[in-house]
Amino acid sequence: MISLWRDMNGRGQVAVALAFLVLLFAPVAATRYLLSVLTLILYFVYVGQAWNLMMGYAGQLSLGHALYVGLGGYISAALWVHFGIGPWLGVVPSVAIAAAFGAAIGWLGFRFGIEGVYFSLLTIAFAEFTRIGFDHIGFVGGAGGLFIPYEESRLGEWWNLRGSQVFFYYLAFGMAVLAVLLTALLARSRLGYQWLAIREDETAARALGIDVFRAKMKAVLISSSMTAVGGVFYAFYYNSLFPAQLFDMSRSIELILGPIVGGTGTVFGPVIGAFVLTPLGEILIAVTEKAGINAPGAKAIFFGLILMAIIYLVPTGVWPWLSQRLGFARRRS
Amino acid sequence: MSALLSVVDVGKRFRGLIAVDRVSFTVEAGEIFAVIGPNGAGKTTLFNMIAGVLAPNEGTITFRGERISGRTPDAVCRLGVARTFQIVRPFPALTVEDNVVIGALLHRTEMAAARRHARDVLATLDLFDKRDFRASALTLPDRKRLELARALATDPKLLLLDEVMAGLRPTETDRMVEILRGVNRDMGVTILLIEHVMRAVMALAGHMLVLHHGAPIAKGKPEDVVRDQKVITSYLGQESI
Ligand SMILES: Nc1ncnc2c1ncn2[C@@H]1O[C@H](COP(=O)(O)OP(=O)(O)O)[C@@H](O)[C@H]1O
Ligand SMILES: [Mg+2]
Repeated sequence: MISLWRDMNGRGQVAVALAFLVLLFAPVAATRYLLSVLTLILYFVYVGQAWNLMMGYAGQLSLGHALYVGLGGYISAALWVHFGIGPWLGVVPSVAIAAAFGAAIGWLGFRFGIEGVYFSLLTIAFAEFTRIGFDHIGFVGGAGGLFIPYEESRLGEWWNLRGSQVFFYYLAFGMAVLAVLLTALLARSRLGYQWLAIREDETAARALGIDVFRAKMKAVLISSSMTAVGGVFYAFYYNSLFPAQLFDMSRSIELILGPIVGGTGTVFGPVIGAFVLTPLGEILIAVTEKAGINAPGAKAIFFGLILMAIIYLVPTGVWPWLSQRLGFARRRS
Repeated sequence: MSALLSVVDVGKRFRGLIAVDRVSFTVEAGEIFAVIGPNGAGKTTLFNMIAGVLAPNEGTITFRGERISGRTPDAVCRLGVARTFQIVRPFPALTVEDNVVIGALLHRTEMAAARRHARDVLATLDLFDKRDFRASALTLPDRKRLELARALATDPKLLLLDEVMAGLRPTETDRMVEILRGVNRDMGVTILLIEHVMRAVMALAGHMLVLHHGAPIAKGKPEDVVRDQKVITSYLGQESI
């Protein structure tokens, strides 16, 4: 954490401090709509960071992270709806079960040498099977969805995540900040370096005494646990859960676009990525509406084109390019 | 003095091909031991068995009295056997220093200590000034040095070096010989090296083994081995043609 701060020069530190303060005081000035967009951005910072640990650092490409969001969301929502168990408690089994799924995927993949694209396929398969499974679990509403009821009397029970927009904004903000700090901490830790070694060359990593299986398992466990917490947030923020929505492949992709555009394997990449992409999506919705284009998919096509342009222009991500252009990185002595 | 490494009747077959054929030798603590032989003689295969990459079909390998044949490469490394790859494998996107830090972290949990150790090792190998370069930006001789630095940073008791001199110019070879002597003498690291550059072998090795078609054809002190008729016809003679 301290080294994250120290690795930046004065300009970088000022920029980060300013961004932090602006976000901290945003609710004072922001409209409800703007606040909802910012909340969404911070949510994507959080889950993007969780994915980044596994891909950007440990080099394991998961294309099924919606699985952990879905499990976290469904389990915590079901515990609340059926048993009145609040999310602060419900987050524990949510994380445990998501981590167990992560462990199963990791164990299968890493123990049996399912690597590269095949590992990614495995992550997709788990998410898809789980989606189909949830379609048929009556307890959580099946394909018809699970809803957290709106109760007037509970409004303001922030301890049950029944809060206002401002409350959810700060919750997302806190989660995003913690995710950034955790990434910074891990990136500079022994485990973080083991991940980098594995990402770069597994054979060489092994020759340097790294227990590759263990290190990869830690990556998938940390990443899936973190993502599940994001799912709990999602459930209590949106209050409605559908398998086709939560576990869908497109959700997994959506979640990883931020870090990819911002720069994988960096602490601030997922942050910048979310701040670029989420508003872009909102702007595209507004523009296509204004222009009277309501052809389905028009937004997706524009979005795709802009995405391609960004990736073409800055293939290693916006953050490495930006921090270089603006001179944020400290020259190491 | 008991042997640091002992290889007993070790053999490895790849389908029909006998890559290593019942090889035995021992390496004493503190010495520099060389394995030579023409290309395809089975030297790298032998190294891979010691390092845990390949399991031998027969025979046993023991390190400090403990059987290591059949263990995984990371387990062998943690016991104190570090190796370099004939075809270098740096972590390309990382800096030179971070490459070495990863080695240093094997027996250190604290980052600052690992970084200090990495820098010491880099200084020993004349790489200190290039510590902020990306490994992918290094020239081949520097990559060979980085390969050695990374292995050395794990504080090995035994260092396996697979043709670290290959591709070096004569002056660079001399420097490498000097470095390896220092590593052996000052750091007390036992070295087992595969080498084609005879000048380096003669300068460094206390004992050597000659492999030919996987089989040992000579063993002993370098000055005796190079006079051996079988060695001259199968290997050294070939070199001078
Ligand atoms: N993984 C492998 N599969 C099949 N054959 C191999 C393999 N590794 C090495 N060989 C063969 O074993 C023999 C010895 O190779 P190697 O140990 O690399 O020799 P050297 O290092 O002495 O040049 C060669 O004929 C080589 O083709
Ligand atoms: Mg070889």
